Amino acid sequence: MNNQSATNTVGESPATLPAKSTITLKVNGAGKQLEVAPWVTLLDALRERLDLTGTKKGCDHGQCGSCTVLVDGVRVNSCLTLAIMKDGAEVTTIEGLAAGDALHSMQEAFVEHDGYQCGYCTPGQICSAVGLMSEGRAKTVDDIRELMSGNICRCGAYPNIVAAIEQVMGEQAMREDGHQTGERSERR
Amino acid sequence: MNNFSYARVPDVGGAVHEIGTHKAAKFIAGGTNLIDLMKYNVSRPNHLVDITRLPLNTIEETPDGGLRLGALVTNAETAYNEHVEKRYPLLSSAILAGASPQLRNMATDGGNLLQRTRCYYFYDTATRCNKREPGTGCPAISGFNRIHAILGTSEHCIATHPSDMCVALAALEAVVQVTGANGERAIPFAEFHRLPNDTPQIDTNLHADEIITAIDLPKQGFAENYTYLKLRDRASYAFAFVSVAVALEMDGETIKEARLALGGVAHKPWRDTEAEGLLSGKPATRDNFQKVAEAITRDARGYGHNTFKIELAKRAVARALRQAAEGTPQPIAEKKIL
Repeated sequence: MNNQSATNTVGESPATLPAKSTITLKVNGAGKQLEVAPWVTLLDALRERLDLTGTKKGCDHGQCGSCTVLVDGVRVNSCLTLAIMKDGAEVTTIEGLAAGDALHSMQEAFVEHDGYQCGYCTPGQICSAVGLMSEGRAKTVDDIRELMSGNICRCGAYPNIVAAIEQVMGEQAMREDGHQTGERSERR
Repeated sequence: MNNFSYARVPDVGGAVHEIGTHKAAKFIAGGTNLIDLMKYNVSRPNHLVDITRLPLNTIEETPDGGLRLGALVTNAETAYNEHVEKRYPLLSSAILAGASPQLRNMATDGGNLLQRTRCYYFYDTATRCNKREPGTGCPAISGFNRIHAILGTSEHCIATHPSDMCVALAALEAVVQVTGANGERAIPFAEFHRLPNDTPQIDTNLHADEIITAIDLPKQGFAENYTYLKLRDRASYAFAFVSVAVALEMDGETIKEARLALGGVAHKPWRDTEAEGLLSGKPATRDNFQKVAEAITRDARGYGHNTFKIELAKRAVARALRQAAEGTPQPIAEKKIL
């Protein structure tokens, strides 16, 4: 956050390659230790180092949302995140949402509503939708559209994506109503 | 992205020391703009100072009844903070009009102030740009300038400041708290960002060794009569052609005080206190709103592709003033302009 007077100064590359650091990430519940150079993004660390290629590289500039993962439960663009800065964080990717063969309710809803065509944006869409649910700010269909605006779908599957999220929101609301009236409902 | 070394610092003193001991070092927090600029080779720091573990991540009430936003509080945390939502809904509204949920979850309040223009030429290292490489020229002036400034421009630069949050902060007259090697100082929001003049490479009046620690909101939040109206190519996740933050203090149908800031039209959030003064003690009528719209744009200049912004700004000002006066702020998820 320093002044721009230094911004345009082209930094001379250090004489020797900057040192790599060992970081620890808890990825989809499992502790992972890896050596990274400072400029390795979380996206590249996941895909190239941990072989978790479910998270996609789309624009690589934070515009398309296909790299969306949850860091400490919060949806972020992994392409604009340096892995080294997330030392100690918990990361959830699309691979970590299902419990064994049992799909996450958001994954099930995407299948049910055909919320994709080519599928490239889908892991990001689903992780973003899971983040949206835990943020709890979306109440209406318009809210879903606005709060999913960081995920672009070139195939134009938006109506089905919104329908899938709407269904999961409805299921959650019903569960919450059930709790309020003293009924018990199974989570999945 | 060029190679760089990395250091994590635990406190403000450490951050100031670290930035002072490296040439071409930069602080990094949310990284949403800096990493993007580095991937385009527009910004090439050789050392990044990670300030995300500094204790600047709280929102607290100030002794004078205002609110202090820690520099590391995220844009999302700020927009949804209960005190901000209740007392400064203009700020919440402006933040939520910008970027995407993922970016707002990452971007910090301090970083929002320091984001750089999205001028196509600034971002394209194959072209000339006085902001990126001082003295090389400004191809936007005679080139593609649909997104560029109409107010406060210079012959050296017609870039705009891209922030929505800052437009609201300008209207609310926030104060930026900074710390540097020579201690702490407070910068009134109007003096934080600069017009391009003949030094467009310098966006702000923050010194090279200084770090933003907090943004203070004064007590008066204008929670009754406000709006943030943002006009753009698509209704979500796009930068403003013109945006207007309005904060009014009303006494019945009469306007006691009017604050107005424009985004997307200048190198900094645009305030015109003289034009605002036209509304003091005046009834909230369409004619009076139109007078302010004309006054604010009296010195506006179009460059061809962006000339439409002059009329757009006038209409946006008049519309936003009406929304604020009527107590019907533009909702973010509502895609029809009220």
